[in-house]
Amino acid sequence: MTSAATTAYHATAPDPSGAARGRRRSFGPWPWILPAGIGILFVFGYSLVDLLQQSFKYRGTWVGLDNFRLVVTDPLFQTAIFHNALLLFTVPILVALALLFAILLFETRRGMRFYQSAVFLPYLLPIPVVGVVFGQLLQLNGALNLGLRALGLQSFALDWLGDPNQALVTMSAIIIWKEVGFGTILILARLISLPTELLEAAQIDGAGFFKKHLKITTPQLRSVILFYAINEAIVMVSWVFNYVYVMTNGQGGPGDATMVSELYIYRSAFQNQAPELAAAAAVLLLISTLFFIIGFFKVQSRSQSGIFDE
Amino acid sequence: MSRGFRKTPIAKVGVTVRQLILILFAAMAIVPGYLMITASLKSQEEFLAHPWSLPLHPSLEGYKAAWNDQFPRWFTNSLIVTSGSVGLTVAIAAMAAWGFAHWTWRGRESVLGVLVSLMVVPPVVLLIPLFQFGAKLGWISTFRILIMVYVGLMLPFSIYLLTNFFRAIPTSIIEAAEIDGASDIRTFRSIVLPLSGPPLITLTVVNLLWAWNELLLALVFLQSDEKKTLMVGITGFQNRYSLSIPTIMAGMTIATLPLLIAYIFGQRYFVAGLTSGAVKGE
Repeated sequence: MTSAATTAYHATAPDPSGAARGRRRSFGPWPWILPAGIGILFVFGYSLVDLLQQSFKYRGTWVGLDNFRLVVTDPLFQTAIFHNALLLFTVPILVALALLFAILLFETRRGMRFYQSAVFLPYLLPIPVVGVVFGQLLQLNGALNLGLRALGLQSFALDWLGDPNQALVTMSAIIIWKEVGFGTILILARLISLPTELLEAAQIDGAGFFKKHLKITTPQLRSVILFYAINEAIVMVSWVFNYVYVMTNGQGGPGDATMVSELYIYRSAFQNQAPELAAAAAVLLLISTLFFIIGFFKVQSRSQSGIFDE
Repeated sequence: MSRGFRKTPIAKVGVTVRQLILILFAAMAIVPGYLMITASLKSQEEFLAHPWSLPLHPSLEGYKAAWNDQFPRWFTNSLIVTSGSVGLTVAIAAMAAWGFAHWTWRGRESVLGVLVSLMVVPPVVLLIPLFQFGAKLGWISTFRILIMVYVGLMLPFSIYLLTNFFRAIPTSIIEAAEIDGASDIRTFRSIVLPLSGPPLITLTVVNLLWAWNELLLALVFLQSDEKKTLMVGITGFQNRYSLSIPTIMAGMTIATLPLLIAYIFGQRYFVAGLTSGAVKGE
């Protein structure tokens, strides 16, 4: 209160003698950082330490690596990890599609804003909504198959989410549908900010569309493409819970066809009342995410332009 | 110059092909939304007979059924959780970012590095300890525990984004204020904040999007029926109306509407927010 009053005094009537100038109250950065520090230390610091402790205990007693041994040998956990690994194959597809869209949008004069909004729309929709809508459309007798049959394409009318051999592929396609807009916007923003001299020179020399973009633009987009790829890899390993939960009623089904590590952790902790096993699985998930985080920093420090620097 | 832009016949074909690809992909992006909205306006019979057509006999029965279910309550809950957590996050993050940007202190860069890596820690990893903590306090099914957790999760990105912006404010302006004897609080309030409108809006929009769409934590922390958020509500909703697709789709449209409105009014902030982590001018 006092400092506010002093401030008001100085603002309205600066000391003419100049004696008070520069003599101002300052407590340094700590009061400013304190509230955020408490929040982050609670949500991240406390949780990570507590998680690590729990993963080595069973009902409060130290059991060493037993929880980890149980989790790693659980066939369901192995399946879940395998599915996360399979989902990683969507990353190159996402990168290629996003790059293609961004370049096409960049080259289009007419209707660019419309296409941009359209491609971006899926990224905006809540995943639960996406999951429910696709879940309905992709039923055996859902809108997609009704349409395919009407066009005489019966053999393409698969049981998209009900067939164990098909479900994970369908899930990947939906994730691609949703995530590609993010990459397109990222790459397009970078494309627009690139210096134009090189492109113009190439155009004068008669370089065609493919030559121009493969040889000139794409190399300059390296850092943003890597950023996007690592970002999506992290999504595939540890942020796909929402899709699976909504489209399979929290089961990861049919059977265990779409079981992923996050759902395994969720179910161990909250349905099977085995928080110790869930904690061990969570530690393993965190370690695998860490690899990507390290990759993230490597990319950042290597790239000249700096992904995170100004 | 003119030589480079002369269109050969092959180039013209190329342009057409590229245009067609764009149209095709735009259509694929829009179709599920189209089906969601048209289905929400049909009757179950009409949807099953003509799933792809425009609604020939538009009816609002689906919306009535969805609204008479628990949508108003879920909607309110989502509003409380989202506005509470985003408001707190932006305020706390702005303060912290000022602490990072204005003063140089030992370890500052390392702390910022840690913040960046916290951005990718999956929430499911933090869930178990946080849930047990909430249960110990008897705070399960209260908004305050969820808001606390949301704030914590949104802080790293928020602080990071604002710190970068605050650092770009010319030091001469701030020094001038300080020489005139302005306190830290006054410099922050009267100089830094008024200059930071766009990044603050961008941050608010990005966080709103995240908090409104969040499912996992809301699912675990808000277990009682009265406290469910919209995203938790709609995942259970589809099972109860499996015989009325129009009702389900009406519910989904209602759940998306706030985002669509926010997007239409703040499109450039969305784009700015999403690219702010990755793309910086050189």
